[in-house]
Amino acid sequence: MRVRAQIGMVLNLDKCIGCHTCSVTCKNVWTSRDGVEYAWFNNVETKPGTGYPTDWENQKRWNGGWTRSRSGKLVPRQGSKWRIVANIFANPDLPEIDDYYEPFDFDYDHLKSAPEMKAFPTARPRSKITGERIEKIEKGPNWEEILGGEFSKRSQDYNFEGVQKEIYGEYENTFMMYLPRLCEHCLNPACAASCPSGAIYKREEDGIVLIDQEKCRGWRMCVSGCPYKKVYYNWSTGKSEKCTLCYPRIESGNPTVCSETCVGRIRYLGVMLYDADKIETAANVPSEKQLYDAQLDVFLDPNDPVVIETARADGVPEDWIKAAQESPIWKMAMEWKVAFPLHPEYRTLPMVWYIPPLSPIQNAAEAGAIGMDGAMPDVKSLRIPLRYLANMLTAGDEAPIAAALERMLAMRAYMRAKTVDGVKDEGIATRVGLSGRVIEDMYKIMALADYEDRFVIPTTHREQVEDAYDLRVGEGFTDCNGCSTGISKGSLFGGQKRPLKMPQEVK
Amino acid sequence: MNNFFFGIYPYIALSVLIFGSIARYERDPFTWKSSSSQLLRRRQLRLGSVLFHVGVLTIFFGHLFGLLTPLWIIDALGISHSAKQVLAMAVGGIAGVMALVGGGILFHRRWTDPRIRKTSSVADIGILGLLLAQLVLGVSTIFASAQHLDGHEMVKFMHWAQGILTFRSGAAAQIADVSLIFKLHIVLGLTIFLLFPFTRLVHMLSVPLRYFWRPGYQVVRSRRSAPLPAHSDAEIKQARVAAAKSRQRPQPAE
Repeated sequence: MRVRAQIGMVLNLDKCIGCHTCSVTCKNVWTSRDGVEYAWFNNVETKPGTGYPTDWENQKRWNGGWTRSRSGKLVPRQGSKWRIVANIFANPDLPEIDDYYEPFDFDYDHLKSAPEMKAFPTARPRSKITGERIEKIEKGPNWEEILGGEFSKRSQDYNFEGVQKEIYGEYENTFMMYLPRLCEHCLNPACAASCPSGAIYKREEDGIVLIDQEKCRGWRMCVSGCPYKKVYYNWSTGKSEKCTLCYPRIESGNPTVCSETCVGRIRYLGVMLYDADKIETAANVPSEKQLYDAQLDVFLDPNDPVVIETARADGVPEDWIKAAQESPIWKMAMEWKVAFPLHPEYRTLPMVWYIPPLSPIQNAAEAGAIGMDGAMPDVKSLRIPLRYLANMLTAGDEAPIAAALERMLAMRAYMRAKTVDGVKDEGIATRVGLSGRVIEDMYKIMALADYEDRFVIPTTHREQVEDAYDLRVGEGFTDCNGCSTGISKGSLFGGQKRPLKMPQEVK
Repeated sequence: MNNFFFGIYPYIALSVLIFGSIARYERDPFTWKSSSSQLLRRRQLRLGSVLFHVGVLTIFFGHLFGLLTPLWIIDALGISHSAKQVLAMAVGGIAGVMALVGGGILFHRRWTDPRIRKTSSVADIGILGLLLAQLVLGVSTIFASAQHLDGHEMVKFMHWAQGILTFRSGAAAQIADVSLIFKLHIVLGLTIFLLFPFTRLVHMLSVPLRYFWRPGYQVVRSRRSAPLPAHSDAEIKQARVAAAKSRQRPQPAE
């Protein structure tokens, strides 16, 4: 056993309203630069849909993630090390920018500078790559927003696997949900494994996966290696970039920008302790349906005295152990079992988990036809097919999803009974294997979702690894090479250093 | 003139190549990259890039082997000079044409595709153009060498290259009388060496060989100097037993 700590995230899809505040605040902080206009470290997709980049979930097409070889070895799906290096001249699995979308801007200036003419002036689009006119925008960052586009295209969604999807194209049966996505900061990251330069690493102390921009050589194997397509190649700098889990904020105990600004308060951040020695076996279990359980088995109970002792011996700081004990992630993933990993079948052991959404009753119009299971509606009559959610969150295993949805329905029924009827109905709780007290705790964390309950983030202990005295005058007001002072002098080596663009005041 | 281009210029070019690359790696590691444009346009890249790279690498190692292997090794191996020359012409010719075709596709792509053209720097287009010119010169030297298949000319180049690298004086005189096309090929080659540290060519120094030696696939960065030893199952079992015992022990009355 080797105890490590990781900052994990849970997104409660039941409460996501699809407002894109997370995406926009993330974009403003991290990717409003040349070369990554098309990149969204965080994006929100409407499901069912093919997503961004198109069809990203279909690994038969993109070869992301891991696969179990016939001899039982775990290898990146795009190939072993030899195969990866052999493809270095031209990566056959790399998406083209059109698979995301060609970034564009509009001729806003034309609106005020146009001469007098018969037709009303319009702001027409231009490509942000070439600066040339785009006659017709073919795609955008959220092209299928709220079921935009025809069903025949959206139904290419990989999660329809094994679902009789035709009926969901009918207006009466249609369903939708939002899926906010960011880097999963996997326990077994396929991007890091595919990087020939070794520029991508997972931090031992908090599990954040980062790309060393100075070590990256632009071999772009991480872009195809990541099954979530959350590593982006910056075409201007020639380096890959990805979500950093806002590590400067996490280190100082603050939530990520996407979590902080989440309007629906759907995001949770907390510490999970895990056994680093179990990662490889867990990622390599024979059946894909076992992967969810295998990952649960990697996590360590932060209240187990042996785990606590071992964690201390492995240098996990005391406040991190305490944070792990209070972690909302632990409660939702392990105690209540309402949160699930996104596509565990990619074998990356992702660490951003999702609570599946409840949905309206399918046949509510047909009076009396609603399947009722006692006081609660049957989860099988919910509008979003169980199989669809299971394909997304448990590699197709419906039982855990059904159990989670039942618990969420039970939480509603119990709290309704308590607040409306003034009755504490323990029967509802016991039927889903919980107690009234646990349900009230669930209600506090999942429904009320106070700031302190959502974000339990210990600060990083820099003092343990570096002597602050040595750091004095290390960075600051110098114009040294590589310092982030905003001074970008021309370079001998042709690294097109652009001057820092500051927003200009309107004259 | 001959002495400058073949006696002095090689040292200037090689010095800039070596010290320039070190300086760039040290001072500006962020600019050290392959500058791939595959994301912006897949079309033409796969065929062009693979042909170009395989061809150029074959040529590069061919030159390395052909020019820098000491003559006595060639003689000891029993390879006749004329056989070596024919081998060089054949392999170099095939690889040269491959690289030329691949490079031509890449140049066409870079020049005509608006996405690639607009995002290319002057150096990107310039160095590809120079490499193509060098390939054309290199392939056309085959016709010059076909005039004399005895391997005599080639030995001159070996003497010259090995003379330069071993700092022997008079190296330039060795090739004073070779045909002009060879001389142009050498001068342009040295110029490419000279420009090497200032262009994307530096990516060839980053061939990811260490990837093969990297243990396993994952890279975990620890702030500790040495990785912690794993706790064995037996150790954990023992700890569990101890923990269970301490829980059973009756607490002393206060």
